[in-house]
Order: sequence, then C-alpha cells, then structure tokens
Amino acid sequence: MSKARPGLLLLALFALVALPALTGKFYVELVAKIMIMAVFAMSLDLLVGVTGLVSLGHAAFFGLSGYMLVLAAPDKYAAVSLWTSLPLAVAASALLALVIGALALRTRGVYFIMVTLAFSQMVYFVFHDTRVAGGSDGTYLYTKPQTNIGSWATFDLANSTHFYYAMLVLLILSLAFLRILLASRFGHALRGIRSNEQRMRALGFNTYAYKLAAFTIAGAIAGLAGYFSAVQFGFVNPEMLSWHQSANVLLMVILGGMGNLIGAIVGAFALVLTQDLFSSLTKHWLLLMGGFVIAAVMLLPHGLTGGGLAWRNRLRGARGG
Amino acid sequence: MDLHTFLIQLLNGVQYGLLLFLVSSGLTLLFGIMGIINVAHGSFYMVGAYLAWSLAGMLDSFWLALPAGIALMVLIGLLLEASLIKRLYDRDHLHQVLLTYGLILMFEETRSLLWGDDVHGLQIPQLLSASFPLTETLSYPVYRLWISAVCLGVAALMVWVIQKTRLGMMIRAGAANREMVESLGIDIRLVFRVVFAAGIALAGLAGMIAAPVSAIFPGMGNQVLIVCFVVVVIGGIGSVSGALVAALLIGFIDTFGKVFLPDYSGMLVYLLMAVILVWRPEGLFRQRAA
Repeated sequence: MSKARPGLLLLALFALVALPALTGKFYVELVAKIMIMAVFAMSLDLLVGVTGLVSLGHAAFFGLSGYMLVLAAPDKYAAVSLWTSLPLAVAASALLALVIGALALRTRGVYFIMVTLAFSQMVYFVFHDTRVAGGSDGTYLYTKPQTNIGSWATFDLANSTHFYYAMLVLLILSLAFLRILLASRFGHALRGIRSNEQRMRALGFNTYAYKLAAFTIAGAIAGLAGYFSAVQFGFVNPEMLSWHQSANVLLMVILGGMGNLIGAIVGAFALVLTQDLFSSLTKHWLLLMGGFVIAAVMLLPHGLTGGGLAWRNRLRGARGG
Repeated sequence: MDLHTFLIQLLNGVQYGLLLFLVSSGLTLLFGIMGIINVAHGSFYMVGAYLAWSLAGMLDSFWLALPAGIALMVLIGLLLEASLIKRLYDRDHLHQVLLTYGLILMFEETRSLLWGDDVHGLQIPQLLSASFPLTETLSYPVYRLWISAVCLGVAALMVWVIQKTRLGMMIRAGAANREMVESLGIDIRLVFRVVFAAGIALAGLAGMIAAPVSAIFPGMGNQVLIVCFVVVVIGGIGSVSGALVAALLIGFIDTFGKVFLPDYSGMLVYLLMAVILVWRPEGLFRQRAA
C-alpha cells in the first residue's frame, strides 16, 4: 500500500476548495460529478482493493438509491426532504447489498464476478421492464430535495456552488469514515481476508460475516453517491445501474490504484476527464476509450498511484546504487 | 395450453437452450482450460450475427456466408490471442475482466462504424424456409429445428475432440497441469491459441445461425453474455456437460416463463440462479480438477 503524502493531499484539498472561485459553472459541475464518482469508487475499493472481492455489480446499489429518491417523492414536482429521503435511499441500497451479498458471497473468485454481475442485471431488468419509474426511458426529478432543518434554510442543492461544496464535504467525510474503518480491527480483518482467507478462518474469524458486512457498507456508500448523482442530474434511468456503470467504476479503482482509497479518487478524476476529452474529439470516442482501457490494464497494472510508487522505488534504488 | 402449443414452446425452449449452450460452452472452456474470464464473449456473438448479415448480402448466399464468417471469426480469435489475451494468463481476474471490457467497447464502436446502429433482419435461407404443419393453423419452422441439429452436432463434435483426439488429450492435460505438459515438449501456448480461437468461433457461429430468427441489433451481445454467465454459474465453471444441462434448463424456464408469467420472465432466470446458489454454490457439475 502506498503511503499517502500529507503535503500532496493538502495541496489537492486546497485546489478543490479554491476551484469555484477560479473557474466557471462548467468545471464546478464537472468536478462535483467527479467527486460523486470518487465516493462511488472508494466504496468499491473497500471490496476490491481491501477485501479482495471483485464485484462487477456495484452499480446496482448506486442506481437503486437514485431511484429511491425519485420514488420517495409523492409526485415528481413535490420536493422531498433531504433528511428523510437520503437515509431511506441509503438504507434501501444497504438492504439490497445485504441480500445480494448473502447469496453472492457463497461463491468466490470468478464465480463471484459473474454472480454479482448477474444479480445487478436482475435489478436492471426490474427497472427496465416494469413501469415502476418510466421503464427504459427513465424518469425526471423536477425539484431538488429540500435541505431545511425546521425553519432554518441551510444550503441550496439547486445552486451549483452550494452543491459543489456539499459534495466536497461528502467526499472528505466518506474518506475519513473509510480511513477510520480500515484502521480498526474490522479493517485489519478485511485485509487479512484478502491476503489469506483460510488463515483468518483458522484464527477463528467468521470471514463470511466480515465479507458480508464489508459488502453491505460498500453498498450503502455507493447508495450515498447514487443519491447525489440523481440529485445533480435531476434524472434517473436504467443505465445508472447497468453493468457498464459497474465496469466503469471498477476501471476507476484499478486506474487509480487499489486498496488505498486515494487511488480511487485519483482514478475517478483520471477516468472522467479522459472520457470528457475523448468524447469532445469524436462521435466514436468509445473506440478510443476501449484502447485506453486496454492500455491502462497492460501498462499500469497497479494504477497511477501504485505505478508511481514502483517508479519512485526504482529511481531510489538506482540512486542508492 | 393445448398439446400443440406446448410442443411448439418445448421445441423453442430446446432451440434457445442449445443456442445458449453454443455460446456458453466457449466461455466455460476458456475459463476451465486457460483460466481466462472473457466478458467480451457476447461481442463475438454479436459480430457473428452482423457478419452473417453482411456476408450474406455480399455473397448473395447464407450458405457461403457461414463458412466465410467462421473463417473470419477464427482469424479474429487467433489475432486477439496472439496480441492481447496471451498476456492475461498470469494476470488476475480483475485485469482479465477490464481488458476484455475494453475489447467490448472497441467491438461495439467498430460495429457502429462498419454497419451502423440500425436493427437488421436476415431472411431464412430458401432451402430451410419450409414449416412442418402441426394443425391447420399451427406449424413449426424447419429452420429452428436445423439450429437445434447444428448445435447438437457441434456439441457431439466437441465431446469427441476433447475425449478422443490427441489435441483433446493435450487440452485436458494442459488444464490439469500446465508445467508438466510443457516439460513433455508440448507447446501449450499453441494449444491455448487454438482453444481460444475455437471458443470465439463457437460464439460467432451461434450468432450467425441465430441471425435469421432473431433481430440483429447493437445490444445483442451483452444480452447473451449475461445469460451465459448464469449458464456457466449454474452448470459449474469448466464443465461442458454442466453448461449443456444449465443452458437447456434456462431455455425452458425462459420460454415457458414468457408464456405463463410474461411480466416477470426477465427475472426468472436470475431467481433460478439464486436458488442454485443456495443449494449448490459450486454449480451443478463443478469439475474439481480444473
């Protein structure tokens, strides 16, 4: 695991805080979107990088939460309260993760990949084939959630600068929560499972319960990200929980480097910005994206943060003679 | 449901199941023998269907398009193995999933560049365009029976190659102990290349023969891929006979589900998978050796 350098992190944080003062609405909204994806990617890193569970169905929890926000509104013009709809949406994602995890964790390795993919696809079909929320067309959310506490007007989610800072706070809180989790006994047990599950079982750990807890927590945090993604775009459709979304977030994790959370954030920035660049170049940008993905897997197996580390070590080794 | 309708649905179930088997057998072999998880497998099914449509137009004959298409699929398989897939044998599943996902993006965009994003249909070849009359109003198309026959023929051929030939012996030995086979002077890399190309050709063949009875559309590969993953999970990874049983099971459940529970038929397949996971998490026919 790479040691995060506090200086660099502080600099990045400073840049993120200052960004709205320096640029226009376009970049503020783009970076807000990236920060949401970063939270989503960190939640997957808890599974893939920390616990060693490669899930290809993580978008199900992201998307379900977005749908819950839409379904929570009595009609699509009525604003719901953030403080009631957010816990509801996150709880729904956590519950779904608990159920899917309970079944999928009966398998391991390549089975786990296929089973998580298949179950998330089942959720996709629920929203795609039934008329629950607009079927394959998806549905609009015309009003942003209310954030008032009593009569106190806190912040306005419809204001892109307010929304940006709310997402920055969300990102920092999620990172802090996951850091504390990883430093705890629970986090060490998860790392132990990744390196040798047999040994952890022999030591008396109920590894199934640990993995299920990790899967559920990751699902809940993915739900957190999905909720705010739906808020930002004012729109949900089945693509939000498609397996392309799951593959996308997995790409962020590996592109940035697994297991250290910061890598997931770096990966989210790198992937979304690359997609943005490619899609501005040509209509057939997915061709470039495919090549980029293949090149990234081939050339940077440990991701941007991990690769940098290996490179630094090599330099240091060469200098030391 | 009267007897004739039941019979028609039964035959449809068998035909769909056998077609699924053709695609999933390649998937399960790639994993069982080479340890590769290939999420781009559905793309080869799609490429096969588009090739059949495009070649049949160019050559003006479905029967010429078929061998030409298979030859092209084998070529694509060989090139991919030699350029990318061979670098994945020692990587973990995560990298295999992502690299083959990159391939999906490339295949989809290439398809869009070459053939556009429209839905196409291919006419059933003249030779097999007849129907068996069952009653005065009901009949069953010969072409669908022919699909089932081709799939069964390929399945038999596959079993024969794997169980009875020298190549099959190398494949089985390579799956069990790679180093040992290599030390005996067998070029396992070549064997893997052949297996990969064969798996791709199987998926392509399935797409080609399915083209006349199903629409040819951009998302068709992904749709098949996910169902094939379910087939492989239920059948047990690496098991060809498991894939056959699971594919037929899913063929029946999907076909009859559409008749009896049309609103929920999309979910039945996954519910079946959930039940199997609770009952036998390793699948029905898990091969311990692979």
